[in-house]
Amino acid sequence: MSSGMMILIGELLIGLLVLFGAVISALSAFGLVRLPDVYLRSHAATKSTTLGVLCILSGAFLYFMLYLDHVSAKLLLGIVFVFITAPVAGHLNGRAAHRTGVPLWQGSVRDDLSEAIKQEQTREQ
Amino acid sequence: MALQILLNFLISVIWMFLNNDWSASGFMIGYIIGIALIGLLSRLWPQGFYMKKVWAVIKLLVLFIKELFKSSFTVIGQVISPKLNIRPGIFAYVTELKSDWEVTLLANLITLTPGTLTLDVSRDGSILYIHAMDIGDADELCSEIRSTFERAIMEVTR
Repeated sequence: MSSGMMILIGELLIGLLVLFGAVISALSAFGLVRLPDVYLRSHAATKSTTLGVLCILSGAFLYFMLYLDHVSAKLLLGIVFVFITAPVAGHLNGRAAHRTGVPLWQGSVRDDLSEAIKQEQTREQ
Repeated sequence: MALQILLNFLISVIWMFLNNDWSASGFMIGYIIGIALIGLLSRLWPQGFYMKKVWAVIKLLVLFIKELFKSSFTVIGQVISPKLNIRPGIFAYVTELKSDWEVTLLANLITLTPGTLTLDVSRDGSILYIHAMDIGDADELCSEIRSTFERAIMEVTR
């Protein structure tokens, strides 16, 4: 296979990876608007974006590595830090919302946590 | 474990001294030789060969990426479907993991996987309250987490 062909295939793959990440980020932004309550919204905000960021950054990493001969550890660190911080933010958002009494969407089927909190409070009294 | 890694570094540095080769590739060759030597002598270590732990970490990473893709598509499918037919809810998940480190890792992995979000952890760290986007069957979700993430974490830490 000629090297021109290889370059073309590589560019196509990287382009698809970045496009895929961008589409996922756009869809999760759409979910942020569409979903009904704060908990479901944080699903859309923290989750699909992690996959989107993973795809975009790894696409950029591959591009730098294959075409500019530059192994960029910063991009890999970016992925690591997003994956460390995103769940903490999502968890704290949800926990604060539940502790301050933000109601669940009316379609929710069960809530084990509020029962546990109630039990805890009656034990303290 | 830490001692084995240190020993492996020492072997690769000695290899670099012996060859008078100070490049990164010389270090890598020395490190691979060190892995082979420690692996050969691994029966003499009471806690086993440390590359087994590394292999368990790699397996956990692969499992996580797989789950990330699988559940991302489920969530996206639910977001773009014209009618919201989801049944969200919070369920309690009793974990067998003991140390703070393990429970933190499990809670973070659950939160990173789309569709589930750790809302709270009980005081003693034995119960995780998880908000799921679509509770079909809470018991099924529990056993799924138990058989995937919890087992993989146990392999790393024990």
